[in-house]
Amino acid sequence: MKALWRSLKQSKTGMIGLAIVLVVVICAIFAYQLAPCDPLQQDLMNKLHDPAWTATGTPEHLLGTDQLGRDVLSRLLVGARITLLVALAGTVVGGVVGVVLGCLAGYYGGWVDAVLMRLVDIQLCFPFTLLALFIAAVLGGSLGNVILIAGITSWVRYARLVRGEILSIKESEYIEAIRAEGGSDARIIFRHILPNVISSVIVIATLEMAKIVLMEASLSFLGYGVPITIPTWGRMLSEARANMVSNPWQCILPGLCITLTVLGVNLLGDWLRDYLDPKLDV
Amino acid sequence: MSERPVLEVNDLTVTFKTKYGSAAAVSGVSFALAKGEKLGLVGESGSGKSVTSKSILRLLPSPPAQICGSIKLDGEELLTKSEQEMCHCRGNRISMIFQEPMVSLNPLYTIGNQLGEVVRLHKKVSRAEADKQVIEMLRTVGIPSPETRLKQYPFELSGGMRQRAMIAMALLCDPEVLIADEPTTALDVTIQAQILDLLKELNRKMGTSIILITHDLGVIASMVDTVAVMYCGHIVEKAPVRQLFHDPLHPYTRGLLNSIPKVGHTEGDLQTIEGAVPSIYDLPAGCAFSNRCSECGRICKEKEPPTLQLEDGRVVKCWKYTPQWGEEGADHE
Amino acid sequence: MAKYLAKRLAQSLIAILGITVVVFVILHLTGDPVELMVSPTTSKEQMDILRQEMGYNDPLPQQYLRFLKGAVVGNFGTSYYYNEPAMRVVLERVPATLELAVAALAIAVVLGIPAGVISAVKRNSLSDGVIRVLALLGQCLPAFWLGIMLIMVFSVNLGWLPTGGNSEGWRSLIMPAFTLGLFSAATICRLLRSNMIEVLGKEYIDVARAKGLRGSVVVMKHAFKNAFSSILTMLGMQFASLLGGSVITETVFAWPGIGRLVIQSIQSSDFAVVECIVFLLAVVFVVINFVVDVLYSVINPRVRLQ
Repeated sequence: MKALWRSLKQSKTGMIGLAIVLVVVICAIFAYQLAPCDPLQQDLMNKLHDPAWTATGTPEHLLGTDQLGRDVLSRLLVGARITLLVALAGTVVGGVVGVVLGCLAGYYGGWVDAVLMRLVDIQLCFPFTLLALFIAAVLGGSLGNVILIAGITSWVRYARLVRGEILSIKESEYIEAIRAEGGSDARIIFRHILPNVISSVIVIATLEMAKIVLMEASLSFLGYGVPITIPTWGRMLSEARANMVSNPWQCILPGLCITLTVLGVNLLGDWLRDYLDPKLDV
Repeated sequence: MSERPVLEVNDLTVTFKTKYGSAAAVSGVSFALAKGEKLGLVGESGSGKSVTSKSILRLLPSPPAQICGSIKLDGEELLTKSEQEMCHCRGNRISMIFQEPMVSLNPLYTIGNQLGEVVRLHKKVSRAEADKQVIEMLRTVGIPSPETRLKQYPFELSGGMRQRAMIAMALLCDPEVLIADEPTTALDVTIQAQILDLLKELNRKMGTSIILITHDLGVIASMVDTVAVMYCGHIVEKAPVRQLFHDPLHPYTRGLLNSIPKVGHTEGDLQTIEGAVPSIYDLPAGCAFSNRCSECGRICKEKEPPTLQLEDGRVVKCWKYTPQWGEEGADHE
Repeated sequence: MAKYLAKRLAQSLIAILGITVVVFVILHLTGDPVELMVSPTTSKEQMDILRQEMGYNDPLPQQYLRFLKGAVVGNFGTSYYYNEPAMRVVLERVPATLELAVAALAIAVVLGIPAGVISAVKRNSLSDGVIRVLALLGQCLPAFWLGIMLIMVFSVNLGWLPTGGNSEGWRSLIMPAFTLGLFSAATICRLLRSNMIEVLGKEYIDVARAKGLRGSVVVMKHAFKNAFSSILTMLGMQFASLLGGSVITETVFAWPGIGRLVIQSIQSSDFAVVECIVFLLAVVFVVINFVVDVLYSVINPRVRLQ
């Protein structure tokens, strides 16, 4: 652990990534405590104010108000929650499914492997925005569905990686020795193969997480994410579009949040990859 | 009669600046190569042999490498030439062949293309003329059916043939100096002998001077006229090959020769030199070999030995052969 | 090589079939097309009759076969929204999306390839640092935000370019193409950079230098071709994902292409059109993959000669 921290401190970009991610996490966890107003409270008398630093802004609403008079800062803070939730949960779902399926395919081989790899190839043919959109449209928008979609679009990368690693380790001599001593299949997979694969899985997880953030924002933007009542950055951007001319800041701020979050996760992921496994082919 | 040497290296020092610190991979190396002479550069990995050869061609990336000293080709100073002038020398007046024939040729281009490239570049001839010269040279180095080889890709040739092709490529422009960096290390033993014979014959026929770099003393014994032994970036001994093997002066050279297993001696352990080669970032004070030398004296640990030119043309870098050795207990620990 | 390609071709056909099955099943299990087509005042009996007539009461496998037979000849039924054959509706919009995707790919290649090469050759220099930062940002910017910001700057504030639509020739095309292509440019740049760095470390590069070739020749003739051949597969995938990503860009720029049509049709539950689009796209993606395989085997002599 200490070596990890020391290496992180040496990497400027890694530290920046960590800082950004920490800020987002804190905002998400303490969103309601930090928010100056109720993010859902409409105040039509005060709609479409600009942020406090512009000529028409008020200090009451630091980042202005949207077209329904809701405080932008509060909405951004709460939006961080969804972003984080979807990113984490989606990564976990995709990761677990991908790793399990990859294990099965790699370890048992045969038709299990053939079927799964066909599936992976087919899914990789399809650009994942379209896939996500299609599934979202069919299943309907809800938090659970968005997480499900995140999982469905990202499991393939884990599966391919884990399967590859298992195939290469499977035939190695020390696994044969364990089998000769009577180790069961499950034991071999869990105690011996998985730990070797974990670091690569972690690297993929951080990079997939960044993609999931972008995907969730895109879905919200198109109107297919979580229900309208929950503020998300993508939705805020699509709502702000109509007032692009008169209130440019409404368009700038949510997009900035998305970009910075993705940047933070990517920087952290890049550092992690350099530290854990520089030869990893993502 | 002293004809000007075709290559003169004087006090060559190459320093690398990395995040681990600054280190001299090559320190004060000097040697001269006469026309038609074959010089062997011997040493373990990390002794600085490859860095020396790459510096002659100025193939080292300039930061982090810093090169000082003098390298003269036919009297012309190479270290002050512009990059364009060096490009004119490389492959043309000085050529190099590398260790791994399996990866030394670009897998995506044909043999004819890669070999012809060097002819077209330096001799400015047409493609057809270049192909003719390539075929001729392929024949000279002993590759059968050279016409068909032109259109083949590197992966279609065996290791030995690829190395011959590399040699052909290096000699196409009739260079004055050929640097062979471990040319046979990656090859089978039988092919090794063939390649070495080929080099000897080409040296005889074309008069190309050869610098042969290797860690294998057996190769040196059969191939070269003069040997220079390198350790930690220094030339510790230089002598004509016979004299080096019969009467090695430097303790390191002696250690190397002793460690070669001798046919017929079946009793006793294999001899080794105690200790390990130090990292160039962490050299001992004084003589670089002092911490492993069985004849080490007090002065060896304190001061770096001078390079001595002995009467018979031999060179040795060791305190033992200096007048100071017997004085003041310098030879005692 | 022929055997390898034949195998890939067979796999491609299976892939297309697989996608159609999945799409068909999902669509028909989750929605009642009849309900969505008729007005709310239609009685249940009338809906049942309609359902029977349109064949929606037949067992699924039969419906699927009918769908497949129709798909092969390009008959996907009628778009109830546009009241025209679904295929025609879709084909009308294909050129616009193709134009956008091709332009975006061009921008991605023109920006990404030189950036990747320069970044690798001048590794760790200032230009490398700048390029790497820009490439990273390119992968972090959400396309819809980039599009909106570009519109704000170039249309609203500067008035140089139109805000949307495709009626003004290249001036309409440039912002959407850039928005769509930037992510690809960044991806291409990063991958090419890492491939080039790996290739530049190989021994045959040293050998090429030792022959006296000038630096630029070494890079372009010897290093680039090797680095590029591994990118070729990726370029194909990039084009496929550009086609997919056009959904967002077309929405932001009101570009009349398939992306917008997909959204509209999903929203209005126009199944015929959605099926048609998904089928077409599946075929396109699989074909792209196949073409990339062919190209790769042409470039790589090892595969070609076996």
